[in-house]
Amino acid sequence: MPGMTERTTGTERVKRGLAEMLRGGVIMDVVDAEQAKIAEDAGAVSVMALERVPADIRRDGGVARMSDPALIEGIKAAVTIPVMAKARIGHFAEAQVLESLGVDYIDESEVLTPADEAHHIDKWAFTVPFVCGATNLGEALRRISEGAAMIRSKGEAGTGNIVEAVRHLRSILGDIKAIGQADSAELYGWAKRLQAPVGLVQEIAEAGRLPVPMFCAGGIATPADASLVMQLGAEAVFVGSGIFKSSEPAKMARAIVEAATHYRDPAIVAKVSRGLGEAMRGLEMAAVETKLAERGW
Amino acid sequence: MGEKVGVLALQGDVREHAAALAELGAHPVEVRTPQDLSGVDALILPGGESTTMSLLLGSSGLFDPIAARLAEGMPAFGTCAGMILLATDVLDGRPDQRSFAVLDIAVRRNAFGRQVDSFETGLDVAGVVGGPVDAVFIRAPFVERAGDGVEVLAEVDGHPVLVRQGPLMAAAFHPELSDDLRVHHLFLGGL
Repeated sequence: MPGMTERTTGTERVKRGLAEMLRGGVIMDVVDAEQAKIAEDAGAVSVMALERVPADIRRDGGVARMSDPALIEGIKAAVTIPVMAKARIGHFAEAQVLESLGVDYIDESEVLTPADEAHHIDKWAFTVPFVCGATNLGEALRRISEGAAMIRSKGEAGTGNIVEAVRHLRSILGDIKAIGQADSAELYGWAKRLQAPVGLVQEIAEAGRLPVPMFCAGGIATPADASLVMQLGAEAVFVGSGIFKSSEPAKMARAIVEAATHYRDPAIVAKVSRGLGEAMRGLEMAAVETKLAERGW
Repeated sequence: MGEKVGVLALQGDVREHAAALAELGAHPVEVRTPQDLSGVDALILPGGESTTMSLLLGSSGLFDPIAARLAEGMPAFGTCAGMILLATDVLDGRPDQRSFAVLDIAVRRNAFGRQVDSFETGLDVAGVVGGPVDAVFIRAPFVERAGDGVEVLAEVDGHPVLVRQGPLMAAAFHPELSDDLRVHHLFLGGL
């Protein structure tokens, strides 16, 4: 055997690779170590550390920022699964701090108050991978061109209402299908319309899917919600307020994990949906004052 | 070839394994239920989160039938989380984490560190010709102890990362994430 093996870190494959490992799973928002343990016990594939769940950010208002490093360290110490954390859009210094803490994924997230109204973080400059939200294919491709290694449809966080997540997923996946039908000349038109690099559009035409995994976030509150978005084409789900704003978080978390795996089997989704107590109350879109999904450019 | 090879499809990078198998002429079958399992000749345990898979193996009713098939000698190949699921000893796992305990190794979870330490490298593999294998390690485990009947096929800095024991094979890395199909070929060649 040779001496020390030469290792290359932070490559595209290594960054996207972790997202591939999370497919079919549930990533749960947690605000402290105790919630992180509940999430891991319930079978979460990863936890997302943030200072308040989106429903509380929505209720309390004010500027929402990266969480306290001490909380993130507490969460990291409490679980063995990957730990993600949120940075504000464009706030590369928060991202640098999160990378130095050794988080496994950074979510450059519209749920926090944006720090830059024109620029997202240059994600290629980091070893740690990034996930970014998108409401449509153009936004997804711009984030990928900036180095995002995972895309999540945004939905509308903190509402417990799935309607926006469905809109965003259908928009992204519908355009991917349409691009699959386009001829080579039309791909340039698509790139122009989507305000996205033509190289990525061509890649999608070839592969029939995004070059990175696409997960779904924003409004998932029940096992059936998870089944719905997975059947529409999401490869995994992020659940924020839907777990810890329900009456029995541990049961709800476990049930959503089962539904994400067995999303095509309604009998199992029915079985795990029984007796979960109350799901989070949720909001009608007309009652939503701040649309978080509109943040990001 | 043409064998039916199951890919445990509870969670993780199932699609990549299925694609590698199809490319090599085998018939991949996604395994989510005991019925799915009954038709397969061999089983791949993919990468993903071993704690999640361990829970889902219990609730799906798959744990016992897979354990029974493994006891009968069904060939199996585990990558990363899959290696952990086959190991007799799991270090740094959750106390309630279950494994099939058929491959005589002690494996340490996340032994190479967190995601910022994840890496790719060229790996010399015993029995594989044509130069180093393209290997991607994601929050990868490594083998701390390999039993007498366990063949070590590749190492990183002295730590076994690809092992074989009779019909069982396990990799700490993800051959399914590269286009280099030689490790899958090695497994299928043993069927």
